[in-house]
Amino acid sequence: MSDQPLWTVFLNASLINNFVLAYFLGICPFLGVSNKIGTAVRMGAAVTFVMLITSVFVTGINWLLAAIDAPYLALISFIAVIASAVQLVEMFIKKTSPALFRALGIFLPLITTNCAILALALFQTNRGYGFVQGIAFALGGGIGFTLALVLMAGVRERLELLDMPQVVRGTALALALAGILSVAFMGFAGLGG
Amino acid sequence: MSTLVQIGKSGEPTATDDFLKGLWRDNPVLVQVLGTCPTLAVTNTARNAIAMGLATLVVLVASNALIASIRKIVPKQVRIASYILVIASLVTIVDYGIQAISLEVHKALGAFIALIVVNCIILGRAEAFASKNTVVRSLLDGLGMGFGFCITLLLLGVVREVLGSGALFGVELFGPRFQDWVILVLPSGGFFTFAAWLLFFNWWKQRRAARAAGGGAR
Repeated sequence: MSDQPLWTVFLNASLINNFVLAYFLGICPFLGVSNKIGTAVRMGAAVTFVMLITSVFVTGINWLLAAIDAPYLALISFIAVIASAVQLVEMFIKKTSPALFRALGIFLPLITTNCAILALALFQTNRGYGFVQGIAFALGGGIGFTLALVLMAGVRERLELLDMPQVVRGTALALALAGILSVAFMGFAGLGG
Repeated sequence: MSTLVQIGKSGEPTATDDFLKGLWRDNPVLVQVLGTCPTLAVTNTARNAIAMGLATLVVLVASNALIASIRKIVPKQVRIASYILVIASLVTIVDYGIQAISLEVHKALGAFIALIVVNCIILGRAEAFASKNTVVRSLLDGLGMGFGFCITLLLLGVVREVLGSGALFGVELFGPRFQDWVILVLPSGGFFTFAAWLLFFNWWKQRRAARAAGGGAR
C-alpha cells in the first residue's frame, strides 16, 4: 500500500506526469478531437468519468483477484469493466445530448481502446494505490487529460486561420505542437517534490 | 513493388499484396496514424523499439489468425467485445513470455506491454480485415502490418538513440566530445521525432505525386 498524500497523487497525475504529454497515453483522441474547445472539454469530461468508474472497480477487482489468487486474469477483467463503463456513458450521452453524441462520433466508443484508461488501471495496481488514492489519481489523470486536450484545441483553433504550407498541415503539425506543449509541461517537474 | 500493388487493385488481391501493403502503402503508423501511443513511448532506444515491435507483431499475427478462424461463429452484435477478449488473452500470454525471456526488457517496456491490448492497430485489423477474410490472408496481413509497425518504431528509435544519447543499440558512436541532444530521449523528443518523420514522408509523397503529374518537369 502506498502512503503518498492525496494532493501529491493528484498533482503527479494531472501536471507533473501528465498522461498525454509525459506518458503518451490517449494520443489518438488527443489528435482526433482537439479541433474545437467545446468538443475537447466534453470529451475530457467523458474520459474523466470513465476513469473514475474504472478506478472504483479496479480496487474491487484487485481485492477479488487477490482473494482467488488469479493475477493473470487482471488484464482481461480490467478491459471488460472499461468496455461496460464506456457503453454506459455512451447510452447516457445519446439520451441527454444527441448533438454531443454526433460531435464525438467514433471517438466515443473508442474510449474503450483509449490507453489512458487501461493505463490508469495498471498504474493504480502497480503503485498499490488504495481506494481514496485511486480516486484522487483518476481525478488527476482525467483533469490532466482534459487540460492537455483543451490547450491543444485552443492552439489549433488559432492555427486554422493561418496560412500554412500544405506539407505541414494535419498530423505532423499537431505532433510538433504536442512536442512544444510537452516541453512546457516539463516545467512542472519540480512541483510537489 | 508498384506493379504488384496495381495487380492487387485491379483484380483479385494477391498474397504478396496482402503482405506488402502493411509495409508501405497502408503503413499502420505513418499512413493510418494508428498505434501512436507505443510508437512515441517506447522508442527512446532502438532496442526497446525492436522489443515492442516484435511483441506487437506476435499479438497481431495470432489475433488476426484466431479472429479469422472464429469469424463465422461470433454474432455481429458482440464481435468487438469478443475480439478484445481474444486480444487481452494473447497479450497476457506475451506479457508472461517476455517476463520469462528477459526481465530487463520487461522492466524497460513497463506497462506498455499490457497496453498492447488497446493498440488500435490490432483491433483495427481485426475489424477491417480479419473479420472478413480467410485465415491465411489474415495471417499475411498481420505479418505485413506487424513488420510495418516494427520498421516505423525502429526508424524513430534509431534517430532518438543516435542523437539523444550518441549510441546505437547501446554502442557508443561518436566518442566523448559528442554533446547529447537530451531532449530527444525525453517525452517531448518523441513528438518532435515523429513529427519530423511524418513531414519527411509527406514531402516525399508530394514530390512523387508532382513528378507523376508533371511528367518529371519539377
